[in-house]
Formats: sequence, structure tokens, C-alpha cells
Amino acid sequence: MNSMIEKIVALAPGAEVIEGMDTLVKIPLESFRKVAEYLRNGCDDKMDYLRDIVGMDWGETLGAYYYLESSQTYDRITLRTETSDKDEPLLPSVYDLWKTAEIKEREVYDFFGIKFTGNPDMRRLFLRDNWNGYPLRKDYDADSNPLDMTNEMNAEFADEYELDADGKETDRKNRVFDEDEYVVNIGPQHPSTHGAMRLRTSVKGEIVTKVDPVCGYIHRGIEKMNESLTYPQTLALTDRLDYLSANQSRHALCMCIEKAMGLQVTERIEYIRTIIDELQRIDSHLLFFASMILDMGAYTPFFYGFRDREMVLDIFEKTTGGRLIQNYNRIGGVQADIYPEFQKDVKAFITHMRGIIHEYHEVVTGNIIFTTRTKGIGLLSREQVIDYGCTGGTGRASGWSNDVRKHHPYSAYDKVDFKEIIYTEGDSYARYMVRMDEIMESMNIIEQLIDNIPEGEFYVKSKPIIKVPEGVYSASVEASRGEFAVMLESKGDKMPYRLHYRSTGLPLVHVLDAVCKGFKIADLFAIGASLDYVVPDIDR
Amino acid sequence: MPQGLAYLIEGLLVAVLLIVAYAVFAIILIYMERKICAFFQLRLGPMRVGKWGLLQVFADVIKILIKEIIRLKNADHFLYAMAPYIVILASILTFSCLPWNKGMQVIDYNIGVFFLIAVSSIEVVGILLAGWSSRNKYSLIGAVRGGAMMISYELSLGMVMLTMVVMSGTMSISGIVEQQADGWNIFKGHVPAVIAFIIYLIAGNAEANRGPFDLAEAEQELTAGYHTEYSGMHFGFFYLAEYLNLFIVSGIASTLFLGGWMPFHVSGLDGFNAVMDFIPGFVWFLGKTFFIVFILMWVKWTFPRLRIDQVLQLEWKYLLPLGMLNLVLMTVLKIAGLVF
Repeated sequence: MNSMIEKIVALAPGAEVIEGMDTLVKIPLESFRKVAEYLRNGCDDKMDYLRDIVGMDWGETLGAYYYLESSQTYDRITLRTETSDKDEPLLPSVYDLWKTAEIKEREVYDFFGIKFTGNPDMRRLFLRDNWNGYPLRKDYDADSNPLDMTNEMNAEFADEYELDADGKETDRKNRVFDEDEYVVNIGPQHPSTHGAMRLRTSVKGEIVTKVDPVCGYIHRGIEKMNESLTYPQTLALTDRLDYLSANQSRHALCMCIEKAMGLQVTERIEYIRTIIDELQRIDSHLLFFASMILDMGAYTPFFYGFRDREMVLDIFEKTTGGRLIQNYNRIGGVQADIYPEFQKDVKAFITHMRGIIHEYHEVVTGNIIFTTRTKGIGLLSREQVIDYGCTGGTGRASGWSNDVRKHHPYSAYDKVDFKEIIYTEGDSYARYMVRMDEIMESMNIIEQLIDNIPEGEFYVKSKPIIKVPEGVYSASVEASRGEFAVMLESKGDKMPYRLHYRSTGLPLVHVLDAVCKGFKIADLFAIGASLDYVVPDIDR
Repeated sequence: MPQGLAYLIEGLLVAVLLIVAYAVFAIILIYMERKICAFFQLRLGPMRVGKWGLLQVFADVIKILIKEIIRLKNADHFLYAMAPYIVILASILTFSCLPWNKGMQVIDYNIGVFFLIAVSSIEVVGILLAGWSSRNKYSLIGAVRGGAMMISYELSLGMVMLTMVVMSGTMSISGIVEQQADGWNIFKGHVPAVIAFIIYLIAGNAEANRGPFDLAEAEQELTAGYHTEYSGMHFGFFYLAEYLNLFIVSGIASTLFLGGWMPFHVSGLDGFNAVMDFIPGFVWFLGKTFFIVFILMWVKWTFPRLRIDQVLQLEWKYLLPLGMLNLVLMTVLKIAGLVF
């Protein structure tokens, strides 16, 4: 790690290492590509997983944070680069090093207007093509976009910006679909897109040749809203990201703010949070089972998942008052203590679930139609999932050990003994099996904790007005469908300067094109369901 | 009364009766499906309208009757409007071939089986037209899927029916039932008949466009497949035809394999046979038919949908060769006198 930083400093004169919670290196724009190439290919522990790109407006300059992680050593490093040209901000694209940058750079372009030279697809990602201005810039005028009641046409071209030798900017138009391609529009209103997600799909007969995801139908601008909310207020919005990881997302934000403030929470809080997180994971995976099999055309097993999920929701309701969205965590603890029969109910659920899981496997897992429709379908290699940043069950089904709970333990995960479920086939079946096995593993984790919840406070009091000291902070948790991370920059105010969430679903939608190519239309939905994305977390 | 007029009146009365029976069976089947799938799915099904939701389907029928039939801007209006009638026509024609009881049959030619195969395959034209004329990509994909699948599975269906014709020695539907007086075909024809029965159930399920072969509709993929753009009673016709086709497929299965309206007879046990004869023929027919309907519903509500290439592979690589072999086997056994 230290040798790597030394090398970066050598490569990039003027690079500045900023001490803080994370290793953060500030890199001048002109040597950024060189450093990125070195980190991706040159150094010993390859930084091959680009966790996220966070666009930033620092007032004087525009730029981005690049959060990197190594898939071998799990070391993390954050790069910061910026440009002072606010009228025509250009950054070099890194999509050829990390494939996931292709879509992340589109997001940054959409919100900050930073053009990434070399990226072949510089369309807006969430907003309309005729949107005025870039909303996450600090000088954005919120009134510049009155409600537009006209239809938005399909983008026929994607821009690609290049800098030629003498620094002149060129704009090349890349066709999204050829004129004679048969493009079927799937969504945003469609039974199997799991929300308002639109996939423009080019087909040859029954065979899918290209998928172009169109996001943004339910984008709420949560990251922009955060900048005018106090910290306790921002919490409420995390539950509305991935509604099946509501508790885990909120956990991440609370953890980040607590770390930043130096607030130490009690053991009891950590235990409760871990147990609720795992219950949430079971809840999400049961719904995954239900919706995946529904997307494949079987109706009955769908209700099995819902029947047993109901018990988890009942426990949530009794503990937190909420069923789908719990609003349970808060800065310094949880909203309310667990109720007296909590342990009994959770244990009853585990006993019930262990006794009934065989029904799932009998009706689905062993079914010949199910296995022929999933085995060998939608193949993703280990390199691909890392390149695309497909974390969670999707990554683990391709043999990438990426469990945040294992590699960067938080809360009570270092106190429990659990197995990270890894399959190596990388097909839809493996993705399905990972989730089914994780249900069992989550129950193991809960069992180890449930009887040992220490006595103590469920809430640690902090100052009435919460202010986070100046700095850059981050925290990540293993949410139900991958690594959910919170990236926070504070100026010491009671409101965040910038609060960004790593979407667990965006890479999963981005990878659809690569994974569905050559498979049938019916497979598109089976694969989509097995990737398990949730739209509100993509459209933040 | 002149003879011509008498024939006309008779024909009209039979037609009205047929259409009424068609509607009544559709209502019974829809109710049955909703209840059965509910029980498979840990639910109760319709419970609010009438006792145990008995009036629910009537309410639905009234609702669909008063719904607007939307005129699409870019559709081929003539074909678009014609498609549901072709589907319902094929379905009613096939329906009229069913033998309800001794002598209680609307159409009974000496080439009845042949007629049946011919009219039932008109339906695919309606599906293709519906998909083609809607100007909707989902509809088109659904229709092409439906066309490819139904034409393929008709081969197996024909092969199986031929097998049973070879065994019965007649193409007349009433004749086939009559010759099962001393035992149903599935018992008399043992091995080849059982194979034929299984092939028939699979192919018939595909022919009726029902899960796991419902890929022309494929709700999760194509929203509603070939009838995505239809509304009101035009959609209702497709819906009715789907349920009646299920009934027809089961009815033909019970005719060919389970003796149609013929009571359960064991040759030699005259007393037992006489007792069985007390149960009217149409009760036997309906009992057997609804039994098979139940089996097909069971399959539909359990299995995931097949993919188009799997469906075609199943037909061309497995069912059709097996059906052909089975036909040869049946012929050999028939010549050798090994089927009874």
C-alpha cells in the first residue's frame, strides 16, 4: 500500500496525499490517466474494482473522486482529480480500464456536465436530453427547467468527445442502434422490469443483440436534496433507495456519520443492527426467489416466497413500526429498543424457514424446465463482474469473493462465524443458488447473535445539532444486492456538502447488454431477474 | 312445414344451444381455474361476489361486455377486427365435434377425426392475424411464436390421433366411443395407448396455448403477446377461446383414450357394467373431461414457462419421432392382434 502511494507520487508530480479516514490521493489532471493505468495494470495488488466515481463541484473546480479497491488484497484507495475549466470541463475517461466507468461517467456528465474524453457514450443517463444545466453543480438554478409536457424522443446518437493533439475538442456521433435493427422497447411500464426501467432491446428474431438501458423514470434527485437537508433528515431518504435493503442503506449512512463524528455506539446497537440487516437480507432474497420464478412464468412458487417473507415483515413491524421501509437506524443508535419477544419471534421464524425451505427446492430448484432455462444462461466471468463492478450475489456467483461483511467487517460481523457463499459457474442458476444459500447463512448469523445481545443503551445521545467535521468520509455495507456505500464530503456544516450513494443496481443494469447478447428474449428476463436489480436504487 | 325450413330451424336451434353451452362452459372453467390456482397458491380465490365468489365470473363477463373496443390508429382494421372471430369460430367448430352422450353430438361425420384436426388448426390463422394486424412488436413476436409452436404441435397431435384411429379402426368420433364399450382405449391399447396419451396431453396443452407453453402470450415477456392491443369483447373472445380450447383438448382426450361418454365397463362383469350404465353418459364425459382439465391446470400452475427453442426442440426432436414410432408400434400390435 505504501509503496503504491510512493509510486503514484513519483508518477504524478504534484500529487498530494490527504490523510483522513480513507487513503485519498489528489492527482493533477495531466497525470491522472497515467496513475489510473498504473493502478489498474501496473501495481502488484491490482486495483481492478472501481467502486464508484463521485462527481464533485468544489466551487473553483469540477472533478471527481474515484473509489478503487483491489480484488486480491481488498485494499482501498481514493483518487481525486479536478479541472478548473468550468465552461468546458474535460476529464479523461477510464472506461477502457474499468468497464463500469462507462455508465458512471455518464452519471457524472449528467449531473456535473463534465465530459469524459474517449467515452463512446456521453449521453445523459437520468435526465432528459433537453435538460438545461447540470443540477448537482452548486450554481444550478432550480427554476431553469419548468415542467416539460412533451414526449422525449429516443436518442439516436451517442456523443463521443475526443481531444486531438493540439487540444481541440472533437465530437463524434455514435449510432446507438443501426437503422435496420428491430428494436423492441421494453418498459418503463412492463411486468418484468422490476420498476420503471426501460430497456431498448435490439432483436434478431428471438435473439437479443443489444440492450440499451434507459434510466431515470423515477429519479428523485435524492443526492441534490441531501445538500439542503440536515444529517438526521437525510436518513429518511436512504430507505427509499433500494427498498429491499432499506435498513442496510440507512445503516451505512448512520455508520458513516458516526465514524465522521467519532461517535462510538454500544455493543447492543451493533448487535441489533446486524440482526435486522440479516433479516432484511432474508426478506430481500425471499422476494428475489418469488420474482425470479414469476419472471420465468411460474406463478405458484411466487406465493411461497411471499408467505414466508410475511413473517419477517411482521417482526419488522413489531420492532420498528415499518414493514417495507423501517426507518429504524438513527445517528447514534436505533429508534426504539427491541421488543421483549423479539428473540422468540426470530427463533420461531428461523425454525419455520429451515423446515419449509425444502418446498422451494422441490418445486423450483430441481425442476427440469427451471434448470434448463438457467444453467449455462447469462454467463459472466470473474473478470467481467469485477470489471463491471457487479457486487453482491451476482459477483459471488461468478467466483468473485466480494462480501463486505468478510473483507471489511463492520458492526458485529467480526464476532460471528459465517461462510461467504461463492459459486464459480457465473450463470443464472449460480446467481439463484447464491441467494438461496445466503438465506440459510443469514439465519446462521442471526442464530449466533440472537441469544447474546448485550445489555446496554439502544441509543447514544449526541449533540442536538449534528455537525460533521470537515473532511471526506465513506462507509460501505453489504446490502441485499451488493456493496452499498456512502461517500460524504463535509465542510463542517450541519448539512452535507455532497452526499453520494453507490448504487448496487446500476452496474447490474449496465452489464445486461454484455450478459444478454446472443441469448433469447425469454432469457433476458430470466437473466434480469437473476441479477436482481431494484430500480429506485439506480434512479436515486 | 317445408323440409328446408325445418332444417334451417333445427340448425339455428342447435347453433344457439351450442353457443349457450360454450358460454356456460367458459364460465365454469374460468371459475374453476381461479379457484384451483388459488388453492395451489395458498389463497382462497374469489370470495366476495356471491357465496364463495360464485358470481364473480358473471360480474367479469358483464364488465368485459360494457368495455370499449378501442380503435387503434395504425392497425390494419379489417384483419384486426376479424382475428378474434376466426379464433372463436375455430373453437366453436371444434367444440361441436365433442360427443356428449349416445347420439348427443352435433357434428358426426365418418371422417370426424379428420374434420376435427382440420378445423382446430384454423385457430392459428387468427393468432397470426391478431399479431400481424396490431402493429405492435410484442404482438408480432407473440404471434410468430404462437404460429411456430402450434403448427409444430399439430403434427404430434395428428400422429397421436392417427394412432388411435388405427387402433379403433374408424375415423368417426361416435364410432371411436362405441368401440370402447368393452373397455377404454387406454386399457385396451396398453403400452402404445399410454404413450399416445402422454404425447397427446403435452401436445394438446401446447395447442391450447397454456402454460408452460403459453409463450405466445408470455405475460412476463410480451405483456400479453398476440392480444396485447385488444380490448373489450375482442379480448374476451381470445380469453373465452383459451378456456374452451382447454376443455376441447380434454374432451378429445377423454373421447380417444378414456371412452368419452362410455361408462366404465369391464368385459365379463355384467352386473358391474349394468350398475355403471345407470350413471348417464354425459356425466361420465364431463367427469373425465374435467379430470383432465384439472391435470392440465395443475401443470400450468406449477411449471415455469419453456423457451421457444426448447418448445420446438421438444416437439421436433422428441415428441414427433416418438409419436411416429408409436404409430408403427400400434399398427404392428394391431395386426398381431395384441391390442384388444
